[in-house]
Amino acid sequence: MTYEVPDVPGEKTEEVSFSFDSRGWPLWEVFVRPKRGLNHAHVGSLHAADAETAVQNARDSYTRRSEGVSIWVVPSTAIFASDDSESFFEPFANKPYRHPTFYDIPPEVGQL
Amino acid sequence: MNTATVTTPLARYVVRLADDNLILGQRLAEYISEAPELEEDLAIGNLSLDHIGVAMHLYEYAATLGDSSTTADKLSFLRTEREFTNVLLVEQPHAGFGDVIARQFFFSAYQTLLWEALASSADTILAGISAKALKESTYHLRHAASWVVRLGDGTDESHDRMQAAIDSLWRFTGELFESDDLCAEMVISGAGTDPAALQVPWDTKVAAVLREATLTRPTDPYQATGGRTGMHTEHLGYMLAEMQWMQRTYPDMEW
Amino acid sequence: MQTTAGEVAFHELIDADEKIEPRDWMPDGYRKTLIRQIAQHAHSEVIGMQPEANWITRAPTLQRKMTLIAKVQDEAGHGLYLYSAAETLGISRDEMQQLLHEGKQKYSSIFNYPTLSWADMGTIGWLVDGAAIVNQIALQRTSYGPYARAMVKICKEESFHARQGYSILLALSRGTDEQRAMLQDSINRWWWPALMMFGPHDSDSANTPQSIEWKIKRVTNDELRQLYIDQTVPQAHYLGCTVPDPDLDFDVETGHWSIGAINWDEFWDTVKGNGRLNRERITHKVKAWDDGAWVRDAATAYAHKQQTKLEKTA
Ligand SMILES: [Fe+2]
Ligand SMILES: [Fe+2]
Ligand SMILES: [Fe+2]
Repeated sequence: MTYEVPDVPGEKTEEVSFSFDSRGWPLWEVFVRPKRGLNHAHVGSLHAADAETAVQNARDSYTRRSEGVSIWVVPSTAIFASDDSESFFEPFANKPYRHPTFYDIPPEVGQL
Repeated sequence: MNTATVTTPLARYVVRLADDNLILGQRLAEYISEAPELEEDLAIGNLSLDHIGVAMHLYEYAATLGDSSTTADKLSFLRTEREFTNVLLVEQPHAGFGDVIARQFFFSAYQTLLWEALASSADTILAGISAKALKESTYHLRHAASWVVRLGDGTDESHDRMQAAIDSLWRFTGELFESDDLCAEMVISGAGTDPAALQVPWDTKVAAVLREATLTRPTDPYQATGGRTGMHTEHLGYMLAEMQWMQRTYPDMEW
Repeated sequence: MQTTAGEVAFHELIDADEKIEPRDWMPDGYRKTLIRQIAQHAHSEVIGMQPEANWITRAPTLQRKMTLIAKVQDEAGHGLYLYSAAETLGISRDEMQQLLHEGKQKYSSIFNYPTLSWADMGTIGWLVDGAAIVNQIALQRTSYGPYARAMVKICKEESFHARQGYSILLALSRGTDEQRAMLQDSINRWWWPALMMFGPHDSDSANTPQSIEWKIKRVTNDELRQLYIDQTVPQAHYLGCTVPDPDLDFDVETGHWSIGAINWDEFWDTVKGNGRLNRERITHKVKAWDDGAWVRDAATAYAHKQQTKLEKTA
């Protein structure tokens, strides 16, 4: 609860359309480099009319506590996502021989 | 003795700089929760925090000068309209986002030049505060200017609204560059800078942005003045009444 | 009824305590419940800016003023993170805002109470953000990935909110009689509304079992309320204050505080829109939104013009 709001008994809840409408400023995905030497990482998203203001908004919204030294913004619509089904990734799960722990090497051999 | 005063010329100069920032920071604070989008609300909050933050540092510094026994809070909350020495521009109220942006744009364009000059002040503390503030106001100017361009060159309606905001605040821009005896004294001591010298680069910068925004640079010859001597517009009194209400109603308490 | 592979996968993920991610299959009811809950959570953060913004211009010191601005600004950020999380479910922020403006989605009733003294800035941070924290810590384990991640980010920022609030109250408690009276009056006004933030008793909470099963909700209303009471009552006493409940009692055996009866009529009245400031809060929000229309349109128009120019030169 707290910021959850209870339904009033007997009151009808709204119907939502489940369809992204294109009203308003487009959505951007925000990537922040936390410090030099690290990759930009996805931190969230925001709305802005264009790339320049998206960068400014990202600065004001996502780095207020010095969380970053560099920002990327990408239009959310430009992201092409993988199909996250099992068949897409599972073929990699049965190849233990790609991992160093698959091979038994006597300790006398030293660092390998 | 009024403990909310400073006496040395340097302290009065520093308080003047602080007053500009406090009053603008307070105006911006009034606007929080009223911005056109959530993202812009966050941006306005940062602007306000930067201005109030630098005001506090400057007041704190001023309070250490001379034999004054004042504090940053006393200087903020216990002086009257006639004692505040901010420029008139920053005390102007806003009727909407266009005013917020025009005020910020004019002021930040001035302030970047000011901090740049003061960053090499002979007074090392003032130089340090200025160098740090320069980074903040550089971003303020970038943010405000990008809005001036978007509103000016957006829709017909936004163009007209932005032009109206630019026109109505224009008469408060000349005062930014007025020199007086205190400025002259600060130039001689090396601590301060002559604001008159900032006018040409300011005009160049402002004109370029207005051009990009397809807006017309106003030519209104009338320029208001008086802030530096405490001759304010009537707006400041109401702002102070609100801002100082707690300290005036409950004197001498810790919060 | 035929069970689809997606449905099987969904239940396996829930059972394994794994997160559901935006592109996964999910039951319609799960999606609808989440959209409503996350949207209303976001609305609460955003409307919650108003009662505190009410004191920014009157804060008694420069430091308190800056702290309060930073805090209110964080709430805007929380709204933004949460709207983003809801948007991954297939609803736009504009649509959610419209539902709020039309009264079809609500926000937490706590923000319909007026802030009448400076002490309220302390009490809100301590009691209101405090209640939100208790709830949001539990929600960090919620089953929907984007919601859980928003909660992690928000929780990090919230502890500053509670601490700055309590520090305002500590200053009052160490102050003059007038300040202590201001403090006690504020606690008297906020105590019960804060307890109501946890919602109806579990026995009257129709949606809780389903939400618990889907692991959207991890802990029930009454469990969280008790956790909160136990942590908060001693903090009130530390301030030299009382909470306005003649039936308050400490059970030595269980180690829990028990409270008197909550006024549920007041609770439901406020939820239904008849709280002290329901209308003012929405009016303020709608006005800001309408006043900003020309700005949002201008930015969109400018972006299109730039795009067209770019395409012409290309
Ligand atoms: Fe929050
Ligand atoms: Fe909070
Ligand atoms: Fe909150």
